[in-house]
Amino acid sequence: MNTAMDYQAKTLLQRLNWQDWLYAILLAAGAIFAYSKYAKYMDMYEVVFLFGAVAVFSYLGWQWKAIGKLVLAIAIVSLFSISLYHGDQARATQSFLLKFLISSQSAIMWMNVLFVLAMVTYWFAMFKRSVFVGSVATALTWSAALMGFVGLMVRWYESYLIAPEVGHIPISNLYEVFILFCLITALLYLHYEKHFNTKQLGGFVLLVINAAVGFILWYTFDRHANNIQPLVPALQSYWMKIHVPANFIGYGSFSLAAAVSGAYLLANKGILASRLPSLDVLDDLVYKSIAVGFAFFTIATILGAIWAAEAWGGYWSWDPKETWALIVWLNYAAWLHLRMVKGLRGPVLAWWALVGLIVTTFAFLGVNMFLSGLHSYGTL
Amino acid sequence: MRFAVSMLSVLGIASIIGTVLKQNEPYSNYIIKFGQFWFGFFEALGLFDVYHSSWFLVILLFLITSCSLCIYRNSPLMIKEWRTFKEHATEKSLNAFSHQETYTVPALENINIANTKQQLLMFLNAKGFKYKFKTQRDGSELIAAKAGTHQRLGYIFTHTAMVVIFFGGLLDGNLPLKIQEILGQKRIETLDIPASKVPAISRLSVSNPSFRGNMTLPEGSSGNVAFVRVRDGYLVQDLPFSLALKDFRIEHYATGQPKSFESDIVISDPDLKTPIAKTISVNHPFTYKGVAIYQSDFQDGGTKLNFKVWDLFAKDNHTQTLDGAIFQKGTLGGDAKGEGANVIKVEYNDFRKFNIINLSPDGKGKPHNVGPNVTYKLRDAQGQAREYVTYMQPMQIDGRHYFISGMRETVQDDFHYLRIPVDSDLSIDGFMNFRATLLDPAKFEEIAHRLALNVSDKTKGSDVQALPVNKPFENSVVQLLRTFADGGYNKVAQVIEKNVPEKEREVAAKTYIKMINIAAFEAYNMSLAANKKPLLLNNAETQSLIQDSLNGFSDMFFYGTPYFLQLENFEHKEASGFQLTKSPGEKWVYLGSALLVLGIFSMMYIRERRIWLLLKPGSNQVHFGMASNRKNLDFEQEFSLYREQIRNLIVSK
Repeated sequence: MNTAMDYQAKTLLQRLNWQDWLYAILLAAGAIFAYSKYAKYMDMYEVVFLFGAVAVFSYLGWQWKAIGKLVLAIAIVSLFSISLYHGDQARATQSFLLKFLISSQSAIMWMNVLFVLAMVTYWFAMFKRSVFVGSVATALTWSAALMGFVGLMVRWYESYLIAPEVGHIPISNLYEVFILFCLITALLYLHYEKHFNTKQLGGFVLLVINAAVGFILWYTFDRHANNIQPLVPALQSYWMKIHVPANFIGYGSFSLAAAVSGAYLLANKGILASRLPSLDVLDDLVYKSIAVGFAFFTIATILGAIWAAEAWGGYWSWDPKETWALIVWLNYAAWLHLRMVKGLRGPVLAWWALVGLIVTTFAFLGVNMFLSGLHSYGTL
Repeated sequence: MRFAVSMLSVLGIASIIGTVLKQNEPYSNYIIKFGQFWFGFFEALGLFDVYHSSWFLVILLFLITSCSLCIYRNSPLMIKEWRTFKEHATEKSLNAFSHQETYTVPALENINIANTKQQLLMFLNAKGFKYKFKTQRDGSELIAAKAGTHQRLGYIFTHTAMVVIFFGGLLDGNLPLKIQEILGQKRIETLDIPASKVPAISRLSVSNPSFRGNMTLPEGSSGNVAFVRVRDGYLVQDLPFSLALKDFRIEHYATGQPKSFESDIVISDPDLKTPIAKTISVNHPFTYKGVAIYQSDFQDGGTKLNFKVWDLFAKDNHTQTLDGAIFQKGTLGGDAKGEGANVIKVEYNDFRKFNIINLSPDGKGKPHNVGPNVTYKLRDAQGQAREYVTYMQPMQIDGRHYFISGMRETVQDDFHYLRIPVDSDLSIDGFMNFRATLLDPAKFEEIAHRLALNVSDKTKGSDVQALPVNKPFENSVVQLLRTFADGGYNKVAQVIEKNVPEKEREVAAKTYIKMINIAAFEAYNMSLAANKKPLLLNNAETQSLIQDSLNGFSDMFFYGTPYFLQLENFEHKEASGFQLTKSPGEKWVYLGSALLVLGIFSMMYIRERRIWLLLKPGSNQVHFGMASNRKNLDFEQEFSLYREQIRNLIVSK
């Protein structure tokens, strides 16, 4: 009977070990500390988000151990960086460690550098068929994610150093969400890398991420967009904290799908085919990625509608950003219809997913550049 | 199916049009942009309000009809699939499966079969399958199991969600109004008349279930109607209450950007014992009697203004005062009654207390507040108007301070700016006195004389033969000054072009400019001396001031009016813009959204799988078949895993 029960998969709670519990307790302790210290500045929703984050990140960390480690590392490095500030923003350019490593600007620059290195390493690993080099590339990507998140966390803190009233979560303008985009896309990729046990797609996905890195660099050095700006009244809402990340899980997933579709099309033509995963795996990855993206993009759009109803007086105003969100949504709805109901596979859908990236990019960036409307928070 | 995908694409493309062409602008803007012909064409196509045009509505209707038909056609099937165990599968049909396996289990009889069955059921339980039994005609036993059939509900949820959302949108849309318009029961008002004068045919009653209108209230006033914009006109929506604005506040960050917009409002209603006082702000609306009141925008509410009016072309520095208020009109010039051919009407259009401008030359510096400005129109007796924007305080540009006033002939133009340099007291008076001196022919001879002395002073002691202080030279200077006073640099250039051969023009121009510069220096000092102010020293600082003053003087001739309105004082009064909405469809849209999310997640993350296990005691075999409505990688892996796990379970004993 004992051997017969081998098939019995353990439930999540059964699989947890003491490290997992310790991780969750640490998160909860952090949240309780934050609550005890800052409760008077938080509204009801923000309290829900705070403890909701504990639940979400505990669950993520239990399901995917590496995320747990990343969360802890971000916490440790960020807290260390913050401790070096002594409550003075000018220390960012005075303290050696801050200036060259973990002030928000430096950390973000390190993220950029590490993403570029990771991409080069992934391609090198693919051409050399080297498992070890591939592992190095993975480690570089994780490091980039760590530095990026530390950069955002410290930036969050820095915004409060400018003035308490200026302080806000750093997902409020084009510069900040581009960093978020890089990080979320990277994490989504790392998840699939582990799930499908393939490192060959890293080079493709990091191409998209590094396009965003290029934009961040241009935006920083040419436009000086890295300065922290206070929030306009319309953005002063707890909704921003969930609307924006949900949107970027969507954008990140769609970009990932496009990158993998590119790989699919190459492999389909016999280019790099021996080095890439099988077409079935690529196809499945594209589908999964778009499915995740579609689900989150739907949620983000609905959250946006609820927010709009509260801030602008109507859940739908046919504002260019809203309309383009609808267009992106329709695009992937059509894609999913063809695949799920029609059972269509192959290059057509891969091309479609690739073109989808153009549509998505326009919704994300083009609307801000070329069209005016209520969403004009990031102009170029 | 193909139709649905086409409809999704058509809707997507139709939506793009409305984002490329800016929607709901005043019609005059479109006429200017496209010309009369294309304007009419685009208007007929409804391109200025795509999302409320009939053809867009038709596309939506098609999509929803198609969606509804899908639900109608497929739902019974989906519900059947959701409930059934498919226990009627025969051995023959199992044999046709792409995913199947046959195990040979020795002596599958009596006790053993019960045992094996028990183990298989435990296996299915552990994997989360529900099952049903069916004894076949030949005595073998079939276990039909299913898991994840809730996926089928996802189909119904998502498609129903679309219909529900559309229904909600329809409730809040303009379809009823459109129908009433077609039937002639409602007509949009296009004239700018007081709300109380708008006829009943252009009014929407209090019982109107759904609307989205705007209301602008100056501080201290109240209103009980909202304006619903429709194309190039509007409708008046009567409200079931009266709304008063007590106070409107804008708070700013230290950098000058706005931090919050807040309105203190009071709602009065006969149904209320005491009026409700509330503060609303962006992101924090207030709802009363189903009407949600939002902070939408703000504008001037009739700020009172006090001007000092200069006549730029007068030979003295005499000024007059002018008082007005935004949205009101005043007059300048004319006779004592303010009438006559040369009377100018002043229309005060807008006042802004804060203006955040980036003045750094490369645009990379930080924007900052440059203080109040006022926008007004000057309309002459012929009805021709020019628009002006004048800043109250001097602005720092490239390290120097100027009073700035812009002028444009039409709304499409950019403003052309007149820059008036400040004097040592940061006041405009220095320039105005200088200007008066340079315009007064009675002073030209003295200026010319001083200039001649100045020039001979400079050449004294050098090898160059000193210029004789002579009359002809002074006369030519006076002539130059006359020309300059008549039209600035431009006039001088015209004179040069007319009188000087082409080859010598550049030299002549240089000489003239130099002479004007020195003359201006003398003139400036004369004006200072007349006003008992300390004189200018001849240094670089003075050179810049003189150059700026001369530029300002020359630009006066392009300013389009002799009147320079210097804002001296203001009494700020703001108006708050509210959006008032009644949106019965909102809860339907949210219900639909919830259904949509539920549906998407169940469709994508619940995987329907079915397992059949046929136990055949007669041939000592167990037949395993597995199927899914979506065959993908996960299914393949799961099948392989189960196949081996079942083998271990029943064969390896």
